[in-house]
Amino acid sequence: MNVRALSGFAGVAVVGLVTAAAIAAPWITPWDPFAQDLGARLIPPAWMDGGSAAHLLGTDQLGRDYLSRLIYGARISMMIGVLTVLASGLIGITLGVLGGFFGGLVDDVVMFAITCRLAIPLILVALTVVALVGSSLTVVILTLGLLLWDRFAVVARTTSMQVRTLDYIAAARAAGCSRTNIVLVEVLPNIAHHLIVVATLEMALAILLEAALSFLGLGVPPPLPSWGLMIAEGKDYMFFSPWVIVIPGIALFVLVLGINLLGDSLRDLLGGRAAR
Amino acid sequence: MLRFLLRRSLLAALVCLTVLVISFALTRLSGDLATAIAGQGATAADIAIIRHNYGLDRPLPEQFLTWAAAAAHGDLGRSFLYHEPVAGLIWARLPITLTLGLLGLGIALVVAIPLGIVAALREGTAIDRAAGLIAVIGQAMPSFWLGLILIIWLGLKLQLLPISGLESWQGYIMPAVVLSFSAIPSLMRLTRGGMIDALAADYIRTARAKGLSQGSIVLKHALRNAAMPVVAIAAVQLGFMLGGSIVIEAVFALHGVGYLAWESISKDDFPVIQAVVLLLAVIYIGLTLAADMLNALLDPRLRTA
Repeated sequence: MNVRALSGFAGVAVVGLVTAAAIAAPWITPWDPFAQDLGARLIPPAWMDGGSAAHLLGTDQLGRDYLSRLIYGARISMMIGVLTVLASGLIGITLGVLGGFFGGLVDDVVMFAITCRLAIPLILVALTVVALVGSSLTVVILTLGLLLWDRFAVVARTTSMQVRTLDYIAAARAAGCSRTNIVLVEVLPNIAHHLIVVATLEMALAILLEAALSFLGLGVPPPLPSWGLMIAEGKDYMFFSPWVIVIPGIALFVLVLGINLLGDSLRDLLGGRAAR
Repeated sequence: MLRFLLRRSLLAALVCLTVLVISFALTRLSGDLATAIAGQGATAADIAIIRHNYGLDRPLPEQFLTWAAAAAHGDLGRSFLYHEPVAGLIWARLPITLTLGLLGLGIALVVAIPLGIVAALREGTAIDRAAGLIAVIGQAMPSFWLGLILIIWLGLKLQLLPISGLESWQGYIMPAVVLSFSAIPSLMRLTRGGMIDALAADYIRTARAKGLSQGSIVLKHALRNAAMPVVAIAAVQLGFMLGGSIVIEAVFALHGVGYLAWESISKDDFPVIQAVVLLLAVIYIGLTLAADMLNALLDPRLRTA
């Protein structure tokens, strides 16, 4: 097995495992992730001195089981990732295909929209919107969805521009297909493999951004066990109990790494020569 | 060339204007600003006075025009929190954020370009894959978390570097390194891709046929051609890094523009938020415009675009 296949396999394994854990969270968590036990605060993970087998990854500053919170946190990260990509993909692909397929004035408008979007400072605007509208999971998903469509638009635009000139589009046109029909049946399926790769990149970015927003106190509100929020809450205890920030950080890193590796191997599988 | 410059500048001005509208609209999202400014426990009369004093009782388009006209003259309003002109607040903190961004970009270039060159020269080998792995890891690293880990490890365990603040220049090292992580993957990949294309070009074969040394071929002939898109992306990355430094400044308690923005957001200081959004957008637009022009200057083929 070569390195490429191995990293692709690792990506599939990580994303698959985290997805399974996110779905099965209520059945596999040993404790209630919200149940506080002030008598059992900041217990270290089982393999460290003072750890207990009852709490494999220890407990947090309120005595909540860290493993259970981590597993429920996977739910939040995956929801953010998938739903944000659905929203941003819808916006970006629509704009990109419109610009790339129709060209001319439509394309100018789309290009202008992309330029404006890139000029807007991402984290700052996301923080402001969440602060003004009020923090909740839905608000974070919608905000990120409204901001992360630029790469979808760029890729959808360039690829549909290339597809536009191909023979099968001319053939469909000659056969009397409507424009809507051509876009939906001929263009979209033929650029889909590029868009799937973008989707993995954006999903990874959305998960990282949610963690950063929650870390700054303007993302997912407590007591939800977002990994970013777990790091923020553990920050005050990190000097004496470093694992409270190490554990959710590693989870975040591994999930994002897995999604990126999955995206890379999808590009290799679907992209052919462009894979380089 | 002149037409190209004019077109690009006009486009940049239009983008600026759009961002101006967006940053204004953004702070009106919350509904009633006057209530937010007055805070809890304010009477209806207090709110009415505030609404009138801040001009919030006038129609939105008029409010926008007043603000935009003042902003065009460098008057960005007064901070609700500091009771000082916003421009002064930002001006005092800008050097910190700019130093951080430039240092971060410098570190990213010093790491990414040699790595990209080596990966291109050894395309398909274990070295190439190792470089690719570094890029993937850099991409997946949560920057705020890396910052905290470095604080624990370098600051507390080894006591090599200060854990926060800027009492000495060493305070910049950790934040700049963390910030550089976000730019390394794309710069590395771009250098690698550009070098692979350049090394396969005819002029490289000519250079080899002339008997030039490998070092001269790689550095003088190939890199010069591969460097152009890297320079352009580096400018864009600097724009992104200045925007992203808000997280780093919060982690390391550096009182730059990002920290000011974070503070303002959590305390509803709208004039400051508007101004920082605008400033970062204008810097980004300026950087991309400069990169476009530099590219057009170096490559006449781009001028028709």
